[in-house]
Amino acid sequence: MTTPFYVSPQQAMADRAEYARKGIARGRSVVVLQYADGIVFVAENPSRALHKVSEIYDRIAFAAVGKYNEFENLRIGGVRYADLRGYTYDREDVTARGLANVYAQTLGTIFSSAAEKPYEVELIVAEVGEGPEDDQIYRLPHDGSIVDEHGSVAVGGNADQISSYLDQRHRDGMTLAEALKLAVDSLSRDNNGGERSLTAEQLEVAVLDRTRPQKRKFKRVLGGQLSRLLEPGEGGADAEASAESSEESSSESED
Amino acid sequence: MEANTRSTGRLPAAFLTPGSSSFMDFLGDHSPELLPGNRPLPPVQGAIEAPHGTTIVAVTFSGGVVLAGDRRATMGNVIAQRDIEKVFPADEFSAVGIAGTAGIAVEMVKLFQLELEHFEKVEGTVLSLEGKANRLSTMIRGNLGMAMQGLAVVPLFAGWDVDREKGRIFSYDVTGGRSEERGFAATGSGSMFARGALKKLYREDSTEEQAATAVLQALYDAADDDSATGGPDLARRIYPIITSLTEDGFKRFSEDEVSELARAIHERRLEEPDGPRAALL
Repeated sequence: MTTPFYVSPQQAMADRAEYARKGIARGRSVVVLQYADGIVFVAENPSRALHKVSEIYDRIAFAAVGKYNEFENLRIGGVRYADLRGYTYDREDVTARGLANVYAQTLGTIFSSAAEKPYEVELIVAEVGEGPEDDQIYRLPHDGSIVDEHGSVAVGGNADQISSYLDQRHRDGMTLAEALKLAVDSLSRDNNGGERSLTAEQLEVAVLDRTRPQKRKFKRVLGGQLSRLLEPGEGGADAEASAESSEESSSESED
Repeated sequence: MEANTRSTGRLPAAFLTPGSSSFMDFLGDHSPELLPGNRPLPPVQGAIEAPHGTTIVAVTFSGGVVLAGDRRATMGNVIAQRDIEKVFPADEFSAVGIAGTAGIAVEMVKLFQLELEHFEKVEGTVLSLEGKANRLSTMIRGNLGMAMQGLAVVPLFAGWDVDREKGRIFSYDVTGGRSEERGFAATGSGSMFARGALKKLYREDSTEEQAATAVLQALYDAADDDSATGGPDLARRIYPIITSLTEDGFKRFSEDEVSELARAIHERRLEEPDGPRAALL
């Protein structure tokens, strides 16, 4: 039997972090922005079946980049955690903070356990509050740390560049159409500073809308409503109003 | 496998195991003691005294189905509660009304609602109406041990079938046996009187409001002949709960709407206590 080479703990951790980061950087980005009535999630995702953004609970949603099977596993774990907690206590007792903690512990344990390969994922857990000041957005990198974010956040490949683009332009109290356009602009910039154009078909968009009358605030923005919101020049009331009027009809067909 | 997620911090293995989209299956694996049917009952002599809910009725109409229930819970000869709610939305397009042991039934409905929501979130799509009805069947079957000790739950399930575009009603027996009802159905202690009334009042082409009137008449008749069913309580303003399921989803009639219908029926009954008369031939 051969003796394994000695690898210092620092080096081992650095290698694992490098491995995870490379995996995450390969994928397309997801951006999450606060707007006046809630939180909008925008992902570049041509697939209609494999979601990057999903509902976890009444006011909580989940977004992820990286390896699909790994974050899907975490998503289902989160849904189970939230539903079990709500069933055991009360629906109000399920919080994004609790869920983010559990995710952080899970990712951290996996990251530092030599027996497991680190997860190549970066997650966002967000909860919409009664008002914009009560909104919570947590970013969870692959190593089990938690970052409390405000305003806007980007994860995935090219995240640094997108984040700084968003930081400069995002402001409080944006309308949904404004926030969505900003998100799409930021996603359209590629590594070299060039621009691509993204169409509604390439986007996965969902909102946590605090004005929704239902207790479940998560809603996917699909089809016609998404195209209307993305129309240039439709920055103001028209697109917002059409988003609201199509609320009832599209809420049935949402998945 | 750790039951308390906070003790290790990390999500236990059961949470991350791929597999079933059913919350009940997950509970059965992870915390079986939380499943209503999984608790051992101590041997008892005779039936256990607990509040029982009584009459639930459902009627289809041209654009959907109406599900309604009275507000009384009884314990033996005592009225345990005057304003109990026994009709609940199960999800966007279905509702469940419960007769039987109130405590167990309410817990069952809570778990049923969660089961549908959990499936929807995990799978990203909703169960078919048949699928929902079957899940409810499984839950009632799990309660058979309790039912044999007098703690039965017998629901009525109604929903809008999105694929077939019509309202449908499913009734159950205490063993979980499920049958689809045509037109109208009733369950609970006053159900035979209510069913008799509905037989004469049911019209296939009725409107939502006519269907709501028919279920109120049926509940009125049930309350007339069954002491465990409560009629509209005009003095205390406690009226039956009426819900409808149409292509627009679940809707609960407001108190004002029900009160108006109930008062109109009451006025007519002051002259004709037995209600509307059907043609002889």
